[in-house]
Amino acid sequence: MIELTDTNAAAIASEFVRARKKAGSPAMGMVMTMVVVVDEDIAGDVMAVARHASHEHPARVLGVILGDARGAAQVNAQVGAGAGWSGETALIRLKGEVVKHPESVVLPLLLPDSPVAIYWPTDPPEDTANDPLGALAQRRITDAAGAKRGKGKAIHTQCASYTKGNTDLAWTRITPWRALLAAALDQHHFQVTGASVTAERISPSADLLGAWLGDRLKVPVTRKNSSGPGITEVVLETKEGPIGISRGDGKLATYSSPGHPDRPIALKRRDLPELLAEELRRLDEDDVYAETARKLVKMGRKA
Amino acid sequence: MTYTNPLRDPNDRRLPRIAGPCGLVLFGVTGDLSRKKIMPAIYDLANRGLLPPGFSLVGFARRDWADQDFAQVVHDSVKSYARTEFREEVWQQLAEGFRFVPGDFDDDIAFDQLRRTIEELDLARGTDGNHAFYLAIPPGFFGTVVGQLKEHGLADGGGADSWRRVVVEKPFGHDLESAQELNNVLAGVFSSGSIFRIDHYLGKETVQNILAMRFANTMFEPIWNANYVDHVQITMAEDGGIGGRAGYYDGIGAARDVIQNHLLQLMSLVAMEEPTSFDAESLRIEKQKVLSSVVLPRRLDLTTARAQYAEGWAGGQKVAGFLEEEGIKKSSTTETYAAVTLNIATRRWAGVPFYLRTGKRLGRRVTEVAIVFKKAPHQPFGESSTEDLTENALVIRIQPDEGVTLRFGSKVPGTAMEIRDVNMDFAYGGSFTESSPEAYERLILDVLLGDPPLFPRHEEVELSWKILDPILEHWAKQDAAGKAKPDSYESGTWGPKSADAMLARDGRSWRRP
Repeated sequence: MIELTDTNAAAIASEFVRARKKAGSPAMGMVMTMVVVVDEDIAGDVMAVARHASHEHPARVLGVILGDARGAAQVNAQVGAGAGWSGETALIRLKGEVVKHPESVVLPLLLPDSPVAIYWPTDPPEDTANDPLGALAQRRITDAAGAKRGKGKAIHTQCASYTKGNTDLAWTRITPWRALLAAALDQHHFQVTGASVTAERISPSADLLGAWLGDRLKVPVTRKNSSGPGITEVVLETKEGPIGISRGDGKLATYSSPGHPDRPIALKRRDLPELLAEELRRLDEDDVYAETARKLVKMGRKA
Repeated sequence: MTYTNPLRDPNDRRLPRIAGPCGLVLFGVTGDLSRKKIMPAIYDLANRGLLPPGFSLVGFARRDWADQDFAQVVHDSVKSYARTEFREEVWQQLAEGFRFVPGDFDDDIAFDQLRRTIEELDLARGTDGNHAFYLAIPPGFFGTVVGQLKEHGLADGGGADSWRRVVVEKPFGHDLESAQELNNVLAGVFSSGSIFRIDHYLGKETVQNILAMRFANTMFEPIWNANYVDHVQITMAEDGGIGGRAGYYDGIGAARDVIQNHLLQLMSLVAMEEPTSFDAESLRIEKQKVLSSVVLPRRLDLTTARAQYAEGWAGGQKVAGFLEEEGIKKSSTTETYAAVTLNIATRRWAGVPFYLRTGKRLGRRVTEVAIVFKKAPHQPFGESSTEDLTENALVIRIQPDEGVTLRFGSKVPGTAMEIRDVNMDFAYGGSFTESSPEAYERLILDVLLGDPPLFPRHEEVELSWKILDPILEHWAKQDAAGKAKPDSYESGTWGPKSADAMLARDGRSWRRP
């Protein structure tokens, strides 16, 4: 890692080239630029998550720390390649007036031609697509469960400002649940008459799962509370009997369906690098998330 | 009215395909294939959430084991060979579904017990009568086993909605006649759509990428023909010897073991026309067209080569020659290296030879396809400036170090105009997931889903034998007449002189892979 103080984008860019040459100009095959907007206190952890995710998607990872916006502008950066990264990385600290213009530092550092993804691990702007940094990216990833302020409302705020390219990790977390439920209805061609989702009191994932089921099945979905962890039970009511998946320990679930014995199924809560890697696999619009977000906003209005 | 699942949406590409309720019956549980490939692949599939709840695995072998002993064998194999991390909850999901049936392949009582086991699983685990029979056993036993399956009512499921499938591994016979016999045996019991032949090469990401590279891009297809391509080299080299497989290998040889299946499949993917879609049927039609347009050269003595490895130093270790290996007769004429020249009689490929070679104890373990292009028809640069420039080449590296290399000429920096070969490299592992699924994971999942595009059909197998049979007969005739024997090559080198001579006659040379 090279420390650059009171620097600018051009100096950071030439440091990238220098680091690459020093490593013997290896073919990097970087497929995207990933911008991570992060607070100073968790920067280390979040960059570690990005490093894991970059194993699957070699990327130029730009961590951006937005500091105090008062005072004279200053750009400091740590630049490096290698050391566990499959691409290049820079952690950029902004202070003073430049905090209001972070895109001016990031724009010259985007890789040519390839896509840009941006990730807010904690509190994202209310409308990410109209954020100066968010506007540079075609994929914007938020994490409602990571919100420090107004956690109960975070997913609703994001869904209300939904723009093409947005997704939330709360949605990623329910992929295995959705896969199992869809597979259940591949098997049982039953008419679903109602559904329920049981989870911790505040669970953005449970809200999305309920909205998805309501949107696809056109049935009322009941939301019940439990002590968690995360989502603990989903039930689809049918005339033939309930189809249910219940998971008490966040690891091993029980799958039950009419006319069949109950069976265990592994359904582990996944960690952040895995979730982020899944998000980066698709860089185009997630149509199903778009519909689900719309449904969630509609449900919120009625309530 | 057809049922549409309200939770499925073609736009919802996050949702993986999970196999429906089903089980797998594994014959030959003690073999390397089962322990090193099949069992770990099953665990990895479960770990990725792609196996249905209640998935069951039944082992069948001549061992005095209880269910727990079998579970222990699977556990050990998963711990040593699985690609993904071992997680207790995944193991718990699988463990309740392990069953073991002891018995011989001709033991009626054992097959009765197998049927009862499957029926018990349908009740206790909800496998709904869907079972695949994986024959990880020598092909000599296929007849007995499928006969038993039929006799004991195991070959067709209980209900109209349930399925029974059979999975077999190469070799698919040792010539056209035996391949047809084998197919008759299988087809007498299972319908052709229920027979899955595994050529694990077709499950490899890089092999599937050949199709993506050719047909999803614009820049390769226009030059993918005899106007621009000089010749194609397909190489599969192994650094190891025959190991403990003398019994299997003697009498089979490199051509039957590798060229008949892997290399001819690779060749048909490289040479085929664009399929109308990527379903199994369209792919098969195109592959079949290529295989049936293959023409052998007239003089097989000049256009093929065969050899056996001699003792030597391979990678810093002294190794024995083929004829000194345990279980191999001194008089064996089985080849451990085979190279053949094939022509494809189509407008696209007329005049472009395809050179296929494979061998054991070669320089290193590598599989690649090299498309070698013609030299530029005119050089504005003087002869001395292009001395170091060879042909342009596109190399598809199948394994290891999967990727694509493009070789072309570039100016050497300096005042003189000097042009030299440079390589442009795409490393698969560098741009995509570092842990791409094993070929067996993909193929086993496809069997359970009933998705056949990646499995060769018996028509392809028979066409491949039609290509290879005349060459094998020619070699057998040479042996019988005592005229020629397989050449020999030093272990750890890139094959016999006769193979080099074979290309030299055409004014070409083998690439060093």
